[in-house]
Amino acid sequence: MTEIAQQELTKVIIFELMDKEYAIEIDVVQGIERVMSITRVPKTPSYVKGVINLRGVVTPTIDLRERFLLEPKEMDDRTRIIIVSLEDYDVGLIVDGANDVIDLPLSAIEPQPQVVGSVASEFISGVAKVEERLFVLLELTKVLEPIKRAEVT
Amino acid sequence: MDTNQYLEMFLDESREHLQSCNQYLLELENNPDDLTIVNEIFRAAHTLKGMSATMGYTDIADLTHVMENVLDAIRNAKLQVTAEMLDVVFEAVSDLEEMVQDIEAGGTGKKDVTALVQQLTRIESGESIISRSEVAATSIVEKSEATTLHYDEFETTVITQSFDQGYHVFEVHVTLREDCLLKAARVFMVFEILENSGDIIKSVPSVEKLEEEAFDQEFTVVMITNEETEELQSKIMKVSEVDSVHVTEISKQSLEDGKRHQEEEIARPTIETKQPSTVAKQNEKKRPNQTPATNRTIRVNIERLDVLMNLFEELVIDRGRLQSISTELHHPELTETVERITRVSGDLQNIILNMRMIPVETVFNRFPTMVRQLARELNKKVKLEIIGAETELDRTVIDEIGDPLVHLIRNALDHGIESPEERVANGKPEEGIVKLSAYHSGNNVFIELEDDGAGVNRERVLAKAVTNGIITEEDAATLSDKQVAELILASGFSTAEKVSDVSGRGVGLDVVRNTIESLGGHITIESTEGQGSLFQVQLPLTLSIISVMLVELDNEVYAIPLSSIIETAIIHQSDVMNAHSQRVIDFRGNIIPLLDLKEVFELTEEQAVDEDYQSVVIIRKGDKLAALKVDSFIGQQEIVLKGLGNYLTNVFAISGATILGDGKVALIVDCNALIK
Repeated sequence: MTEIAQQELTKVIIFELMDKEYAIEIDVVQGIERVMSITRVPKTPSYVKGVINLRGVVTPTIDLRERFLLEPKEMDDRTRIIIVSLEDYDVGLIVDGANDVIDLPLSAIEPQPQVVGSVASEFISGVAKVEERLFVLLELTKVLEPIKRAEVT
Repeated sequence: MDTNQYLEMFLDESREHLQSCNQYLLELENNPDDLTIVNEIFRAAHTLKGMSATMGYTDIADLTHVMENVLDAIRNAKLQVTAEMLDVVFEAVSDLEEMVQDIEAGGTGKKDVTALVQQLTRIESGESIISRSEVAATSIVEKSEATTLHYDEFETTVITQSFDQGYHVFEVHVTLREDCLLKAARVFMVFEILENSGDIIKSVPSVEKLEEEAFDQEFTVVMITNEETEELQSKIMKVSEVDSVHVTEISKQSLEDGKRHQEEEIARPTIETKQPSTVAKQNEKKRPNQTPATNRTIRVNIERLDVLMNLFEELVIDRGRLQSISTELHHPELTETVERITRVSGDLQNIILNMRMIPVETVFNRFPTMVRQLARELNKKVKLEIIGAETELDRTVIDEIGDPLVHLIRNALDHGIESPEERVANGKPEEGIVKLSAYHSGNNVFIELEDDGAGVNRERVLAKAVTNGIITEEDAATLSDKQVAELILASGFSTAEKVSDVSGRGVGLDVVRNTIESLGGHITIESTEGQGSLFQVQLPLTLSIISVMLVELDNEVYAIPLSSIIETAIIHQSDVMNAHSQRVIDFRGNIIPLLDLKEVFELTEEQAVDEDYQSVVIIRKGDKLAALKVDSFIGQQEIVLKGLGNYLTNVFAISGATILGDGKVALIVDCNALIK
């Protein structure tokens, strides 16, 4: 029984962006950092905020608000950088706040509806509703699709 | 047996042994009578054979086996070394290399070598007049404790030499217990002990027979050592299941007696005279008064060293913070501790960097064979001299430098060195000399390739460069000889047209220059027509730590590699001129473009206000110059190079990043991208 129960749950990290709650699976998250000094990298898309020194590793960070074409916001005490670690690279995601880890029942996840806020739908893999809270699940590979050369110049 | 876990080790060692085969074969070619060289080759081949057989690569084992037979015949003076014979052996080694490469690439290491095997077998048997005295089918173990073993000429020489150097020569007679189950294992243990105490020159029965357990309870090993009888005896007795050990010292007298004895008995065919697999070592001369340095090194995966390096860099950054904190606090004990940490970590840094250093020899090693082959193909006579092969370079540089050097050497042979007839006609010795040397100077390594060939023909190079549109005809007259020679490195110099007719040099040398410059190095050429050329490659000692000039741009710190910088200057606004909407400055008579780095990087929206005085960095790419305008200079510093990661690829004019003492990231400017 427990095995089945475990299979039905997936651990996700919940973060905030424009008063909405988003979720990414915990296995790709390496850590959540407070805002630190970011070095701008010239001639990159505006959502690439620059690089940070993550314990000796130079890690690029992108501003999710800008990536989703939402209105930009000054960083504050609640701003966090979620470090996600994908197969080929590590990237930091700047979000409005991150403070929750929950077990999300797989059954609660539904394919994305036609319109969810203003976030481009290609970035969304689904939505989940748990106890009156609505989470948007991110399609990270799309969000982090490496910048094409054409976009840079 | 699952051999996968040993594969890497096997590949590493095979390459090493093949390398030494090549090296010694070349030596042998020059000194065909030196039997010690044959022994070295034999040893390498023998180990390779054993290893490949264990790993199940039978083709390699078979080929090495026949090669070994030929070597053995040479060693026992049954065969005379000839160039033709060496050709076949060289071919065998190169085939073996291919097979090893195949295994490395995930293949099976199989290759049809029957033709080669036949050739080798023919060499071995066809030319040997006396048939080899094979070991008797059943091994005869000699039991008496006196010197009843028989030594061939070679062994006698070794033993006599050892006497002269004050070593003892012992016959160690080991009897295993009758109930001993793992005889081969015991033999192995005994051999290991003996090898740690000295050099084994002979064993009865042969090592192979011992490994196959084709003996009763006893065997005898002859070894050279500086240890005493009792020491040896007690060491071996520690091996379990050993019944008794008798160590007999061989004296000069007994050796001679034995020899006479042997001569007397030469007519008796039953005597075992040859041990084809004698593991003979001839290294005593090189390391006297020492036990052989076995297992003094370990192989470490380079990735682990990279991890170590990364961890260490973090330590260095924190050290920087500690230093600034302690200067602020003026706490004597803290200051003292920080100083100590600084000193220790400085030493540590040296050690870590040194661990990553390997002699350039690993790259140079493949050149002698290559030159030999190439010279044969081209029908030229070339002698390759290698100087400073022990010069050490960081592993990252070593990995990259091989191909450009191959290119340069090919070029020197192909276009530099003339044919023997031409050379004689020009009053030069028939044999051309190519000199490859490496040395350290400051924070750089220099690798030079010098030849005494035809050199660069000024007229032809200029004609070619003008035709290809690299320079204008007006420029052509003003260039110095050095500048002309370096034209052959220009991209677009060599095209599809056959270049050897034109310049005597220059097939795609721009590729070489690009590779070297991407490593943060330089290449220069000096050439005297008719007398030869000198290619000089300058490389940084390591790629992970580079010297940079830190500059400030819009309150951010950028690093410009010193290898690209010619000098820094402060220029007055009035020095800036406009030419075709491009700002330029006069730098020592040259008009060079002035780039505002802030504009290039689009750092500020607002139009920059030109101040009276501007800080500029003069950078170069090859022979092109440019001036970079920056806000201010911070200073020169050694930095640890870091990548931007796979997410940010192809960032314009940024080659990487580094972490500064305050923990912030600074970007490294790629000057090559700024100059077209």
